Amino acid sequence: MIEGILTDLAAVMTWFGDPVNWTGRDGIPNRLTEHIVMCLLSMVGALVVAVPIGLYIGHTGRFATVTVNIVNIGRAVPSYALMAVLYPLSIAFVVMGPGADIAFLATFLAMVLLAIPPIVTNTWAGIRGVDDDLREAARGMGMRGHEVLRGLEIPLALPVLLVGVRIATVQVIATATLGAVFGGGGLGRYIVQGFARQDDARLWAGAIMVAALAILAEVGFGWWIRRVDRHAIVTRR
Amino acid sequence: MTEPPATTPDPHPVDQPHVHGASVELRSVTKHYEAGERGPGAVNDLSMRVPAGRICVLVGPSGCGKTTTLKMVNRLIEPTSGRILVDDRDIASQDPIALRRGIGYVIQQVGLFPHQTIGQNVAIVPSLLGWETARRVARVDELLELVGLDPARYRDRYPSQLSGGERQRVGVARALAADPPLMLMDEPFGAVDPIVRERLQEELLRLQARMTRTILFVTHDIDEALRLGDLVAVFQAGGVLAQLDTPQAILAAPASEFVARFVGADRGLKRLSLTRVRDLEPSPVPTATVGEPAAAGHARLAVATPGIPAGWLLLVDAAQRPLGWVPSARIPTEGVLGATLAEPTGAILTPWMSLRDALSVMLDAEVVTGVVVDAEGLVQGALTIDRLADTLRA
Repeated sequence: MIEGILTDLAAVMTWFGDPVNWTGRDGIPNRLTEHIVMCLLSMVGALVVAVPIGLYIGHTGRFATVTVNIVNIGRAVPSYALMAVLYPLSIAFVVMGPGADIAFLATFLAMVLLAIPPIVTNTWAGIRGVDDDLREAARGMGMRGHEVLRGLEIPLALPVLLVGVRIATVQVIATATLGAVFGGGGLGRYIVQGFARQDDARLWAGAIMVAALAILAEVGFGWWIRRVDRHAIVTRR
Repeated sequence: MTEPPATTPDPHPVDQPHVHGASVELRSVTKHYEAGERGPGAVNDLSMRVPAGRICVLVGPSGCGKTTTLKMVNRLIEPTSGRILVDDRDIASQDPIALRRGIGYVIQQVGLFPHQTIGQNVAIVPSLLGWETARRVARVDELLELVGLDPARYRDRYPSQLSGGERQRVGVARALAADPPLMLMDEPFGAVDPIVRERLQEELLRLQARMTRTILFVTHDIDEALRLGDLVAVFQAGGVLAQLDTPQAILAAPASEFVARFVGADRGLKRLSLTRVRDLEPSPVPTATVGEPAAAGHARLAVATPGIPAGWLLLVDAAQRPLGWVPSARIPTEGVLGATLAEPTGAILTPWMSLRDALSVMLDAEVVTGVVVDAEGLVQGALTIDRLADTLRA
C-alpha cells in the first residue's frame, strides 16, 4: 500500500521533472496559462453580471427573494450537464460568428453560470447585513441612494462579497477541468489524457496542479478578505 | 399647550449667545401607518411650535410617536397629513436631500461608519456639500476640540477603538459639522452608563450656551427631559401631545393625570432640583461680628426677623464669613461676643446649589435654617426648610 503510493509519487515527480512536459502545446506553461486565463475570463464575466444584480437587490430590497431563489436553482444544475447542453449551442453560435473555439466558449459560459450564484447571494447578503441604523444615519445626513451604496453599503459588504468571489473562484478553478472533456485546453487535459493513456503519473500531475491552484486562490482571497475586514465586519455590532 | 411667556428666564444664560437657530412648527400633523407598514409609532393631529434657539425635549413612553415626530422633521418619514415648517418654510416643498444636509442628526446607536476614521466620519456632511479638503480638515479638528476630544489623538482612529461615551461625542461633532441651525437627537445618550450620560448632558448644555441652536431631543427618560429642555413636550400613547411647557411649569401644574404620573410621584423633589439657591431671596438674618459688645447682639435679636426662627444670632468673622449660631440664652449680659460662643453650623448654602441639595444639606445637619453665602463665602442671609416648601406651593 505505502509502497504503491511511494512508487506513484516517484512517478509523478519524474513526470514533473521531464523536460518534455514543460514545452509545447501540451507543456505545463501553456496548459497552466490556458487554465488561468479561462478562470479569469469566467470570473470577470460572472462579476460583471452578478455584482450589479446583487447590489441592486440588496440596496433596493426589490426582487431579492425571487432572484436569490432562481440563482440558487442554477446552483443545483451540474456543470457537466450544463456544458453538454451548451456545447451544441456553442456550435451554433460559432458557426454564425467568427470561428472561435467551441469548447472554450462552452466552458466559459458554464463557468460564468457556475460562478454567478455565490457572488449574487453574497453580494446581496453583504448589503443586507449592513446595520439599518447606519443606513438611517446615512440617509438622515442627506446621502442620496447611490451615495449610501458607494460610501456605506459596498465598503461594509466587501468582505462578504469577497467570500462569495472566493467560493466562486475555487469552484471555477476546479470545474474548468471539465473543459478538456469537450476538447478544450487547460490543466484538465492532463487528467483526460491520463485516463485515456492509462498514464497515472500524468493524471495525478494534472490533479495536483488543479488542487494547488485552487488552494492558492483560497489562501490569497483569505488574506485579502482579512485585510478589508479589519474595519468592517469586526466592528459591526 | 402654552408658549413660554416672553419673560421666562433662559435657564442656560450666557454672556454673548450666538443665536443661530431655526424655529420648528408642526400644524395638525398626523401619521398613520398602513397595514404592513412598519414604523416607530403613530402621531395624531399634533400641533406645536419650538422657537428658534431652544432645546425642546420630546418625552413619553415607547410607541408614543416621539421618534416618528422627529423623523418627520427631516423627512425620513412623511406625514399622512398636516404641515411642518422649519424657519417658517414648509419642508414638504423642499428637496429632502438638501433639507437633511442642513439639519444635524444624531441617533441612539450613534451610527458612526465603522470603516471610516473619526475624522472621515465627522467630515461626511461637509464632503457631501463639496467643501474643499483644507476647510474640511480644519473643521474636523475644530469640532473634535469642541466636544472635548484631542484631534491629534482621535482623528485617525476607528470607531471601534473608542469608548461608548467617546463615540457619542463624535456623533454630536458629526451632526454639528456643517453648523446646522437645527439638530435632531434621537435618544443620543441612551446607550451609555448614567455617569457618562450626565457628563454628556452637561456638555450638550455647555455647547448650547456657546452656540445657541434649535434642538429637538427625543428621550424616554423624564429626568433627562427636565434637565435638558427649555421646553418639554410630553407625549402619550397614540401620538397625542399631553403637555408642552417649561420643565418648571410641567412640574408645578401637570396638565393631566397622565402627565402627573409620568413626571413621577417625586415631582416636588424634581422641582427643587430645577431651582437654585440664588433664585430665592434669602431672609435677612441678625448677625454680629466677633468682638462686638454682647449688648449689640441682644439689641439685634430684639428686632423681629420674619422668615427665620427667633432667638438665634449668627456670629460672623471680620470678613462676614459665618462662624455659627448663638442662641439668645448663651449671649452674655456684658462683655464682648467671643468666637467660642458659636455652635458651628453645617448648613452652608452656596448660590449654585439646587434647592434639592440645599434641603439635603439642612437635613444632614439636623437644622431648619441654612446660611446662604455668596461665591466668596460671605453671608447673604438664611433660608428655612419652610421657605423651600413654600416654593413648591407657589
